[in-house]
Amino acid sequence: MHELSVCIALMQQVERIAQEHDAGRVERIVLQVGPLSGVEAPLLEHAWPLAAAGTLAEAAELVIENAAVKVECTQCGAVSEVAPNRLLCASCGDFRTRLVSGDEMLLASLELSQMNSQPVQQQCV
Amino acid sequence: MCDTCGCNITPGNEHLVRGDGRLVKTDEGREAVTVLQSLLSENDHQAAHNRTHFDRHGVLAVNLMSSPGAGKTALLEATIEALGAAYRIAVIEGDLETENDAERIRARGVEAIQIATGSACHLDAHMVHTALHQLDLDPVDILFIENVGNLVCPASFDLGQHRNITLLSVPEGDDKPAKYPVMFRAADLVLLTKTDLLPYLTDFRPERAERYLRELASESPMLSLSSSSGESMEDWLTWLRSEVAAQRERIRQGATLRPAIQPDGIRLHSDASAGHAHTHGHQHAHGVAHAPGGEG
Repeated sequence: MHELSVCIALMQQVERIAQEHDAGRVERIVLQVGPLSGVEAPLLEHAWPLAAAGTLAEAAELVIENAAVKVECTQCGAVSEVAPNRLLCASCGDFRTRLVSGDEMLLASLELSQMNSQPVQQQCV
Repeated sequence: MCDTCGCNITPGNEHLVRGDGRLVKTDEGREAVTVLQSLLSENDHQAAHNRTHFDRHGVLAVNLMSSPGAGKTALLEATIEALGAAYRIAVIEGDLETENDAERIRARGVEAIQIATGSACHLDAHMVHTALHQLDLDPVDILFIENVGNLVCPASFDLGQHRNITLLSVPEGDDKPAKYPVMFRAADLVLLTKTDLLPYLTDFRPERAERYLRELASESPMLSLSSSSGESMEDWLTWLRSEVAAQRERIRQGATLRPAIQPDGIRLHSDASAGHAHTHGHQHAHGVAHAPGGEG
């Protein structure tokens, strides 16, 4: 259960970005988590309130997008959607494939509310 | 780490940055910011710092991962016995409690720093950094980091090591790679340990364990050995010697090496130096510097 560690790291990241944008509140946090990331979405959702309590992201909606596991065959070039523990090419069966999706563990985007009505000129990180 | 310039856009997330671009106002007047940073970017940053530290001191750092009781400490004891005269070895031990493993290593005349993680199920880059403050790396050739026994969490945390080794002991069963794909995908080398038990545990088929590993699209070598009987130790020692030589060559060339896949590792970080050189806040193509498939 390392998801709490991940949430605490995420919280630090979110606070830093919110500060850079002069935001008063974080409204929405979108994550991307693939089955091969080593992180479980339901566990993240459970751990999140502990990390967010008392912060400017306390009331934020946490959205976790799942990514399918896809491999590209280095032998025949086919791209197939596969099971996390069977990364073989669905077309030719070769094991020499390259993962193109499914190990994502990303903070994809944030929605922020401003402290004041001044439009923010600063570009995103 | 290229977290900032848009080069971490993958086929899985490119839709997030199409259309309105990276900074848009939503209907409610909120500001939407596309980030696309690894959730562990704080850890990754510290890990990169640790790796620089190892390289500067000419150290090869190897992370040992396995389930509890697979024989990590016994492997280290046997390795120190075999190579202790040829290489200067140091060990960082991670366990929830006790100094037991560090004491076993120290009994072999090798410096060992014990990290007691309390309830934490893995080591992270910050814990390793703290331990490094207690260790003089100048006289060290190989630093082994013995991670907390756990086939799940340690795979997600880069510590700054150059190589990951995952141990699979015969009593655990040969289907562990199929059950714990994230861990076994992270291995640069899989060591099949306690092979002296193969005659008794006839259900275990080494070739089946290797097949499950290949099904994870891993081309990493799988070597077999028994630390207690000493059988087949030579293949492992040869691998280790060649890794020390490779690390010395990398240092000579000013290069470094990340271990086998950490989540998003290669794709996000293969262009680290270019990423930092760019002005933040705009999105652009990086051309051929990326690992294939890394472009949005």
